[in-house]
Amino acid sequence: MKFCYEITGGDFSAGGSASSQVKKTLKQFNIAPQVLRRIAVALYEAEMNVVAHAWRGSMCVNINVDHLSVVVEDEGPGIEDIDRAMEEGFSTATEEVRQMGFGAGMGLPNIRKNSDEMELTSTPGIGTRLTLTIRF
Amino acid sequence: MKQMNVQQLNQLIPGTILLEGHASTLYTKAFASDLMSDVLRFQMEQTVLVTGLCTIQVLRTAEMSNITCIIFARGKRVSPDMLALAEEHHITLIESALTLFEISGRLYQGGLEPVYR
Repeated sequence: MKFCYEITGGDFSAGGSASSQVKKTLKQFNIAPQVLRRIAVALYEAEMNVVAHAWRGSMCVNINVDHLSVVVEDEGPGIEDIDRAMEEGFSTATEEVRQMGFGAGMGLPNIRKNSDEMELTSTPGIGTRLTLTIRF
Repeated sequence: MKQMNVQQLNQLIPGTILLEGHASTLYTKAFASDLMSDVLRFQMEQTVLVTGLCTIQVLRTAEMSNITCIIFARGKRVSPDMLALAEEHHITLIESALTLFEISGRLYQGGLEPVYR
Protein backbone atom coordinates (compact mmCIF):
# COMPACT_ATOMS: atom_id res chain seq x y z
CA MET A 1 0.00 0.00 0.00
CA LYS A 2 1.49 3.32 -1.03
CA PHE A 3 0.48 6.85 -0.04
CA CYS A 4 1.99 10.19 -1.02
CA TYR A 5 1.55 13.62 0.58
CA GLU A 6 2.63 17.08 -0.50
CA ILE A 7 4.60 19.26 1.92
CA THR A 8 4.72 23.06 1.59
CA GLY A 9 7.91 24.84 2.62
CA GLY A 10 7.42 27.54 5.24
CA ASP A 11 3.88 26.46 6.19
CA PHE A 12 4.36 25.86 9.91
CA SER A 13 0.66 25.59 10.73
CA ALA A 14 0.22 22.65 8.33
CA GLY A 15 3.60 21.11 9.20
CA GLY A 16 3.04 17.64 10.63
CA SER A 17 -0.25 16.94 8.87
CA ALA A 18 1.31 14.39 6.48
CA SER A 19 2.93 12.48 9.36
CA SER A 20 -0.36 12.67 11.23
CA GLN A 21 -2.18 11.06 8.29
CA VAL A 22 0.37 8.24 8.10
CA LYS A 23 0.14 7.60 11.85
CA LYS A 24 -3.67 7.49 11.59
CA THR A 25 -3.48 4.97 8.73
CA LEU A 26 -0.94 2.77 10.53
CA LYS A 27 -3.09 2.70 13.69
CA GLN A 28 -5.47 0.40 11.80
CA PHE A 29 -2.74 -2.23 11.64
CA ASN A 30 -1.49 -4.32 14.51
CA ILE A 31 1.70 -2.34 15.18
CA ALA A 32 3.21 -1.97 18.68
CA PRO A 33 2.70 1.56 20.12
CA GLN A 34 6.47 2.05 20.58
CA VAL A 35 7.11 1.20 16.92
CA LEU A 36 4.30 3.52 15.91
CA ARG A 37 5.93 6.31 17.94
CA ARG A 38 9.32 5.69 16.30
CA ILE A 39 7.69 5.92 12.87
CA ALA A 40 5.68 9.03 13.74
CA VAL A 41 8.67 10.84 15.26
CA ALA A 42 10.98 10.02 12.31
CA LEU A 43 8.36 11.13 9.76
CA TYR A 44 7.49 14.29 11.69
CA GLU A 45 11.15 15.32 11.99
CA ALA A 46 11.61 14.71 8.27
CA GLU A 47 8.45 16.65 7.41
CA MET A 48 9.47 19.59 9.61
CA ASN A 49 12.87 19.64 7.90
CA VAL A 50 11.12 20.18 4.56
CA VAL A 51 8.85 22.86 6.08
CA ALA A 52 11.82 24.59 7.73
CA HIS A 53 14.37 24.46 4.91
CA ALA A 54 12.84 23.64 1.51
CA TRP A 55 10.43 25.25 -0.93
CA ARG A 56 8.26 22.23 -1.49
CA GLY A 57 8.44 18.50 -1.10
CA SER A 58 6.64 15.20 -0.81
CA MET A 59 6.46 12.25 1.55
CA CYS A 60 5.71 8.81 0.13
CA VAL A 61 5.22 5.84 2.42
CA ASN A 62 4.96 2.24 1.35
CA ILE A 63 3.41 -0.13 3.88
CA ASN A 64 4.83 -3.65 3.53
CA VAL A 65 4.14 -6.80 5.53
CA ASP A 66 6.99 -6.38 8.01
CA HIS A 67 8.30 -2.86 7.43
CA LEU A 68 7.55 0.68 6.32
CA SER A 69 9.61 2.32 3.60
CA VAL A 70 9.59 6.09 3.30
CA VAL A 71 10.89 8.56 0.71
CA VAL A 72 10.93 12.27 1.56
CA GLU A 73 12.07 14.43 -1.34
CA ASP A 74 12.27 18.18 -1.61
CA GLU A 75 13.16 21.02 -3.90
CA GLY A 76 15.25 23.44 -1.91
CA PRO A 77 18.70 24.70 -1.03
CA GLY A 78 19.96 21.17 -0.30
CA ILE A 79 22.61 20.25 2.27
CA GLU A 80 26.22 21.34 1.69
CA ASP A 81 27.86 18.94 4.12
CA ILE A 82 25.77 15.88 5.08
CA ASP A 83 28.28 14.64 7.69
CA ARG A 84 28.05 17.95 9.53
CA ALA A 85 24.23 18.02 9.21
CA MET A 86 24.13 14.61 10.91
CA GLU A 87 26.05 15.93 13.94
CA GLU A 88 23.98 16.65 17.05
CA GLY A 89 23.67 20.38 17.58
CA PHE A 90 24.53 21.46 14.03
CA SER A 91 21.75 23.55 12.51
CA THR A 92 21.18 26.16 9.83
CA ALA A 93 17.61 26.87 10.95
CA THR A 94 16.21 30.40 10.95
CA GLU A 95 15.01 32.32 14.00
CA GLU A 96 11.39 31.57 12.97
CA VAL A 97 12.08 27.82 13.07
CA ARG A 98 13.70 28.13 16.50
CA GLN A 99 10.70 30.05 17.83
CA MET A 100 8.54 27.06 16.86
CA GLY A 101 10.61 24.84 19.16
CA PHE A 102 12.85 23.32 16.49
CA GLY A 103 16.19 24.04 14.84
CA ALA A 104 18.40 22.73 17.64
CA GLY A 105 20.25 20.36 15.34
CA MET A 106 18.58 17.27 16.74
CA GLY A 107 16.32 16.36 13.82
CA LEU A 108 18.55 14.23 11.56
CA PRO A 109 20.28 12.38 14.45
CA ASN A 110 16.82 11.65 15.86
CA ILE A 111 15.58 10.33 12.51
CA ARG A 112 18.59 7.99 12.39
CA LYS A 113 17.90 6.83 15.97
CA ASN A 114 14.26 6.03 15.19
CA SER A 115 14.77 4.23 11.89
CA ASP A 116 16.42 0.91 10.99
CA GLU A 117 17.91 2.15 7.73
CA MET A 118 18.49 5.72 6.61
CA GLU A 119 19.96 7.18 3.46
CA LEU A 120 20.37 10.91 2.86
CA THR A 121 21.49 12.42 -0.44
CA SER A 122 21.48 16.03 -1.53
CA THR A 123 22.43 18.31 -4.37
CA PRO A 124 23.04 21.88 -3.18
CA GLY A 125 20.72 24.30 -4.96
CA ILE A 126 18.46 21.49 -6.19
CA GLY A 127 17.12 19.50 -3.25
CA THR A 128 17.37 16.64 -0.81
CA ARG A 129 16.21 13.02 -0.75
CA LEU A 130 15.80 10.97 2.41
CA THR A 131 14.90 7.27 2.40
CA LEU A 132 14.02 5.36 5.54
CA THR A 133 13.13 1.81 6.48
CA ILE A 134 11.45 1.04 9.78
CA ARG A 135 10.66 -2.56 10.69
CA PHE A 136 7.43 -3.37 12.54
CA MET B 1 5.88 4.23 41.23
CA LYS B 2 3.32 6.93 41.90
CA GLN B 3 0.48 7.13 39.39
CA MET B 4 -2.03 9.95 39.09
CA ASN B 5 -4.90 10.94 36.87
CA VAL B 6 -5.47 14.42 35.40
CA GLN B 7 -7.57 15.63 38.34
CA GLN B 8 -4.99 14.50 40.87
CA LEU B 9 -2.06 16.09 39.07
CA ASN B 10 -3.96 19.32 38.50
CA GLN B 11 -4.63 19.58 42.24
CA LEU B 12 -0.87 19.93 42.70
CA ILE B 13 -0.67 23.07 40.54
CA PRO B 14 -3.68 23.93 40.34
CA GLY B 15 -4.36 25.20 36.81
CA THR B 16 -7.35 25.48 34.50
CA ILE B 17 -8.27 22.27 32.68
CA LEU B 18 -9.35 23.47 29.21
CA LEU B 19 -9.95 20.04 27.80
CA GLU B 20 -9.94 16.57 29.24
CA GLY B 21 -8.75 13.91 26.79
CA HIS B 22 -8.29 10.36 28.02
CA ALA B 23 -9.72 10.68 31.55
CA SER B 24 -8.56 7.20 32.52
CA THR B 25 -4.85 7.73 31.72
CA LEU B 26 -2.53 7.47 34.71
CA TYR B 27 0.65 9.56 34.63
CA THR B 28 3.95 8.56 36.22
CA LYS B 29 6.43 11.01 34.64
CA ALA B 30 6.77 14.65 33.58
CA PHE B 31 9.03 16.40 31.08
CA ALA B 32 9.51 20.18 31.00
CA SER B 33 10.84 21.79 27.82
CA ASP B 34 10.28 24.63 25.37
CA LEU B 35 12.32 22.73 22.79
CA MET B 36 10.13 20.29 20.87
CA SER B 37 13.21 18.66 19.28
CA ASP B 38 14.13 17.42 22.75
CA VAL B 39 10.59 16.20 23.51
CA LEU B 40 10.84 14.04 20.38
CA ARG B 41 13.99 12.31 21.64
CA PHE B 42 12.54 10.37 24.56
CA GLN B 43 9.91 7.76 25.39
CA MET B 44 6.89 9.77 26.43
CA GLU B 45 4.19 7.26 27.29
CA GLN B 46 2.35 8.19 30.55
CA THR B 47 4.28 11.47 30.60
CA VAL B 48 2.93 14.98 31.20
CA LEU B 49 4.54 17.68 29.05
CA VAL B 50 5.08 21.04 30.79
CA THR B 51 5.98 23.84 28.38
CA GLY B 52 6.08 27.58 27.94
CA LEU B 53 5.93 27.23 24.16
CA CYS B 54 2.40 27.74 22.87
CA THR B 55 2.18 26.86 19.18
CA ILE B 56 0.34 24.31 17.06
CA GLN B 57 3.60 22.33 16.80
CA VAL B 58 3.42 21.54 20.52
CA LEU B 59 0.21 19.63 19.78
CA ARG B 60 1.77 17.91 16.77
CA THR B 61 4.78 16.92 18.86
CA ALA B 62 2.48 15.49 21.54
CA GLU B 63 0.50 13.57 18.93
CA MET B 64 3.65 11.99 17.45
CA SER B 65 5.17 11.13 20.86
CA ASN B 66 1.99 9.62 22.37
CA ILE B 67 1.77 12.46 24.93
CA THR B 68 -1.81 12.85 26.18
CA CYS B 69 -1.48 15.73 28.68
CA ILE B 70 0.11 19.17 28.24
CA ILE B 71 0.44 21.91 30.87
CA PHE B 72 1.09 25.39 29.45
CA ALA B 73 3.12 27.53 31.86
CA ARG B 74 3.65 31.30 32.33
CA GLY B 75 0.05 32.20 31.46
CA LYS B 76 0.29 31.18 27.81
CA ARG B 77 -3.14 31.01 26.16
CA VAL B 78 -4.13 28.13 23.90
CA SER B 79 -5.46 29.21 20.48
CA PRO B 80 -8.70 27.83 18.94
CA ASP B 81 -6.78 25.81 16.30
CA MET B 82 -4.63 24.24 19.02
CA LEU B 83 -7.78 23.38 20.97
CA ALA B 84 -9.34 21.77 17.89
CA LEU B 85 -6.26 19.62 17.26
CA ALA B 86 -6.17 18.57 20.92
CA GLU B 87 -9.83 17.57 20.75
CA GLU B 88 -9.21 15.47 17.65
CA HIS B 89 -6.38 13.58 19.34
CA HIS B 90 -7.89 13.41 22.87
CA ILE B 91 -5.07 15.41 24.47
CA THR B 92 -5.71 17.00 27.88
CA LEU B 93 -4.79 20.71 28.04
CA ILE B 94 -4.12 22.65 31.24
CA GLU B 95 -3.26 26.37 31.49
CA SER B 96 -1.35 27.79 34.44
CA ALA B 97 0.01 31.24 35.32
CA LEU B 98 2.94 29.67 37.22
CA THR B 99 6.47 29.38 35.83
CA LEU B 100 7.81 26.19 34.28
CA PHE B 101 10.09 25.87 37.31
CA GLU B 102 7.30 26.08 39.87
CA ILE B 103 4.97 23.69 38.02
CA SER B 104 7.82 21.19 37.64
CA GLY B 105 8.68 21.51 41.32
CA ARG B 106 5.13 20.87 42.40
CA LEU B 107 4.76 17.82 40.14
CA TYR B 108 8.11 16.44 41.34
CA GLN B 109 7.12 16.96 44.97
CA GLY B 110 3.81 15.26 44.19
CA GLY B 111 5.65 12.13 43.09
CA LEU B 112 6.02 12.34 39.30
CA GLU B 113 9.39 11.15 38.00
CA PRO B 114 11.73 12.39 35.25
CA VAL B 115 11.71 10.52 31.91
CA TYR B 116 15.27 9.37 32.69
CA ARG B 117 17.77 9.60 35.53
